[in-house]
Formats: sequence, C-alpha cells, structure tokens
Amino acid sequence: MSETKKITIKAFRFNAETDYLPYYKTYEMEVGKDELILDLLNRIKWEHDGSFSYRRSCRHGICGSCSIKVNGKPVLSCKENAYDMIKLFGEELIFDPQSKKRAIKDMIIDKKDFWDKHNAIKPYVNGNVDPHPTHETHMTKEQVENILDADYCIQCGNCHYACPALEANSEFFGPAAFAAAYRFTVDPRDNSGQERLEMTAQLGQGVWDCVKCYECAEACPKDVNPIEKIMKLHNLQFEQGVAQSNVATRHAEGFLRGMKKTGYLDEADIVLYSEGMLGMYKHLPTALKMMKSGKIHWHSGIPFINSIPKIKNLDEVKKLIEISQTNKL
Amino acid sequence: MSQLHYALFTGCTAKQSTPELLSSTLAVAEKLGIKITILEEASCCGASHLQDFDEFLAHVLNARNICYAEKLGLTMITICNTCQINSAMTKHKLDNDPEYRARVNEKLAEVGLEYKGTSQIKHFLYALIEDYGLENIKDRVKTPLSRFNIAPFYGCHNIRPSELQHESNGGENPYNPTSLDSLIAALEGHPVNYASKNKCCGFHVELQANHTSEILAGNALLDALDNNADLMVTPCPLCHLKMDTYQDSIGKVMGRDIELPVLHMPQMVALALGCTEKEIGLKYHVSKAKHLYTA
Repeated sequence: MSETKKITIKAFRFNAETDYLPYYKTYEMEVGKDELILDLLNRIKWEHDGSFSYRRSCRHGICGSCSIKVNGKPVLSCKENAYDMIKLFGEELIFDPQSKKRAIKDMIIDKKDFWDKHNAIKPYVNGNVDPHPTHETHMTKEQVENILDADYCIQCGNCHYACPALEANSEFFGPAAFAAAYRFTVDPRDNSGQERLEMTAQLGQGVWDCVKCYECAEACPKDVNPIEKIMKLHNLQFEQGVAQSNVATRHAEGFLRGMKKTGYLDEADIVLYSEGMLGMYKHLPTALKMMKSGKIHWHSGIPFINSIPKIKNLDEVKKLIEISQTNKL
Repeated sequence: MSQLHYALFTGCTAKQSTPELLSSTLAVAEKLGIKITILEEASCCGASHLQDFDEFLAHVLNARNICYAEKLGLTMITICNTCQINSAMTKHKLDNDPEYRARVNEKLAEVGLEYKGTSQIKHFLYALIEDYGLENIKDRVKTPLSRFNIAPFYGCHNIRPSELQHESNGGENPYNPTSLDSLIAALEGHPVNYASKNKCCGFHVELQANHTSEILAGNALLDALDNNADLMVTPCPLCHLKMDTYQDSIGKVMGRDIELPVLHMPQMVALALGCTEKEIGLKYHVSKAKHLYTA
C-alpha cells in the first residue's frame, strides 16, 4: 500500500477579462509520495475545475513553462515533488503565479518584460560563423568550464520574478538576462562581449543595481546561480577596461582605501570617495543624525582622520593587496 | 556542557558605526559563560563589493582572516550576515577546489600563513541556538520580553543561498525561517509574523541605487508596523544601519511616517538577560530605542 497525505491547496484565481479582483480557491486532495506539483495542478483542472489555467509542456524540466510559486517559493512544477513541499511548508500549500501583478489567468502570467530584457542583451553567439564549416569549432576545457553552467538556463523566469531589485526598478535587466549576457560574452566564438558589458555596466539597468539578496540563486531550478554570473560581469568590467569611474565602481574599488590604512572599511571615507564632494551633500542630514546618536563617533578621534582602530598585523593585509590585486579602476 | 569558546570576527561596523553590537555581543557571551577571543588581526570581508572589483584578492583576504581562527583551533563566529556569507563562501571555495586553494595559499605563504580548512564558520545567532541551546537561554532570562511584539528580520546573507547556509544554520528554510522567531519566543517576546521577514533591506545599493534601497527597506518596515510590531530585531548590522538610520528618508519615499526601533539580535538577548544599559547601548540608535530599557 502506498501511503498518501491529505492536503489543502489554496490556489490563486483570476481572469483578467472578467474578474475585478483575484481570489483564492481551496481544493482538498490525497497526495501520493511520487506526485509532482505539476500533477497537483493537473488534478485541480481534471478533478475539480476545468477552467483552472496554467502553462505546461514537456514535463521533463527543460521547456521552462510550468513555473509557479508554492508558499512563496519559486518552483518549476514538473521538477518539484509535492511531499518535499509539504515537508517545507506543512499540509496547506498556497499556489501563486510567478508574479501576481502580471497575472492573465490563474497561474498564467504575461512574461513580455522577461523576454524583452532577455532579447536586449543578445542571447546568442554573435560571430562570423562559416555557413559551410568543414569541422566543428573547438573550445578548450577551460573555455567550456568558464561558462559556469550558465547555458543550463531554460528561461523559466523563476529568478526574474523573484528579484526584488526588479520589483523596485523596472529598468533593471534582472538575473536571467545577466546570466545569459555572461554566458555569451565568455563564449570564444562571440564578438558582442564588449557591447554586452557596456550595457550591463550602466547604472539603473545594469549589474550595479543588484541588491545581493541571493533570491535568484535560491529560485533557479537548474542551479544556474545567476548572482555568481552577476559578480563575474562586475569583474569583467574591470578586467576589460569597460568600467567607468562612477559611484558604484568607486564604491567597489574604494574598499581597498580603508583596508590599506587600517584593515577595516572606512565607512565615512567610502561614502565621500564614492559620491564625490558634490554628491556628499545628500548624506549630510543622515550624517548629522548619526553623529548625534554616536554612530559616527568622536571618542577615538576625528571622523575622516584617525577615528578607526587598526587591525593587528596590518602589514600582512597591505602586502597581500600588493601581491594579489589583479584588477584596476 | 563544557565551556563554549569561539573566535569572534567582529567585522567593520561593530568597530565603527555600531559599537552597541560589539558591547552587547560580549555582554551576552559573558552572561551565558561563553568564552570569546576577538580576532583583532581580521580585516574587512569586502562586503561583496570588493568581490565585485577583484574576486581573487577578496578570497585571499578572507582566507587570511580564517587562518587566525584556525591558529586558535576555534570555530569562527560572525555578528554580521555579510561577514558570514563572504567568509563562508571563501571557505566553501577553498575547501572544494584544491587547485584554487593552492593559488591562494601561495599568496598567504608570503606573509607566513596557510589556509587549512580546519575551522567552522557560523553566525552568533546559530551558535546561540545550535550550540548553547534555546532551553539553556530560557533558563537565564531575567527580564522577560513579554511586553513586546518583536518583528524578526532575518537578513539575506544568513539564509540564502540555502545550500551554502545549511552548512551552518541548522537547515533554515529560506522561505519560512524560524530561528529568530524561536529565540524571541524563548525570551518570552511575541514574534510578529509578517511576509517581509526573509526579504532584502536594500543596504547594498544604498549609494548607487538609492530609490531601490529605500523601497525595499520601506516595504519591510511598513509590513512590520502594519502587523503591530513594537520593535524589529536583526542579526545583521547592515540591515540595522539601513532600517534604523534612514527611517526619515524611507518615510518620504513611502509616503508614511515610520518610527520603529531596530535592535541587533544580541541587544535583544542582552535586554532579556538583564545586561546593563551601557552594554546594550540603545543610545547609539538613530530611531529612538532608549525607552525599551527598563532597569
């Protein structure tokens, strides 16, 4: 006898053509240990309500159509075991579309913004490919490994719709587009790397607006780890001389200024150095409040001059920076 | 239980803008009989920004910090989520890539150090819960926090990516973390359940994407307030800085007045264990918090 568990599913329901507001509908069912979230979506449709809508196609974790959120966790529903979700969240599962504000019908969303951004970074090898090749193009082991599994992306959109930076700033390319930008930029056959690096270096739309929350790494069903590629794109900007001196690049490089002097980041200096003298004015009200409460403190010296203690063996840090630094701004 | 002994990686903020974090951490450890050796040699972790500039250099410098915990033969504890993730990511990389470790060790050899991979790295929150134990903390409570609704704010770098974090955070579910909630309950406070508790505070883009930063912090603060929080508590001083220091400007972006004390996790524990006003250091907060202390 195979055991089953009785669960309650609360599913987001909305029809953009007829409904004023979305609502949740509850379905109860016995679930077996081998059933996937996709099976549960099917059972809602087949056993309870034929009008329930969701995308599905391959059932093999490769087409990227069937992504939804279960209790807030982005999942590719054909890859996610229902028992695993019950273990994480208990016997009440909440099914939501990837993005509620983009819902068209139930689990189906309008992914236009995802595809627009994905297309904008030229997600293909842009090179002089011989139309009648006589042999395959060779890549070294290092070149292949350097792609870092970024080519496993199936464009499901899980990372894109989990990204809080995108929610706050609609210009932002988002993690999936960045992963693709990295994947094709490091492809030795491609000639558009410079262009992609310049696009993704722009403040507002580019990698500098990433908030470092790791939601994308957590959301990816294929272990693409988009934030790792975002960091690589940051690095590539400096390696290939694309980085312009601006508030974000100075902020990254400026960490070394304090570290060479005391071993610590110099919290006051990093703001001044990144923003420049003119940009400092907007931080003055906050700085005054911080001074008043003692967050910028005078007890050990004057801010900007000698207020920070030094670490022990500071010479080691200076020496390691000297011999290990590989990039320049 | 034999005495717990840790090597403390303070990070930069505890030595600069949040002295209350360091003093309350040390006070809590003393009350609980936990021995702390401060790693005075440890430098900045790079906070992910140095990593964006020069990944290899950041790995070398983080490995150096870990070397000092290894020399003492102790587990390294952190009191900042971002120090935690950057140290733990370095450890993970070096422990799993012998070729890369050799490259890093080549540099470290120039200053007479070697990374061996013998020290664990965990955040103080999980040292308290996993090693010391909630039941034992409960027994030491002098001033129960039963008068407060406390909103736990976990901070990204303790819970994601879960595969890495599960090496040291007791298997926390990043979509429904519970450790801080159970700690609040152990101190007899009332944990506030709200959707933003595992979300991002926006600190890391404070300078270059200020609007994004203010919106993310604002969403979390208002969510906590709307669920009747009297105060918020976080294990991360960067979350603290964003949420405590910028409430005025966040309020302007969100179109609502925001006033909510944001405590460091050790400050909350220190309040319940009966540490002194000076040790808890509520006067260092920008958003009023002094009233939370009652002798």
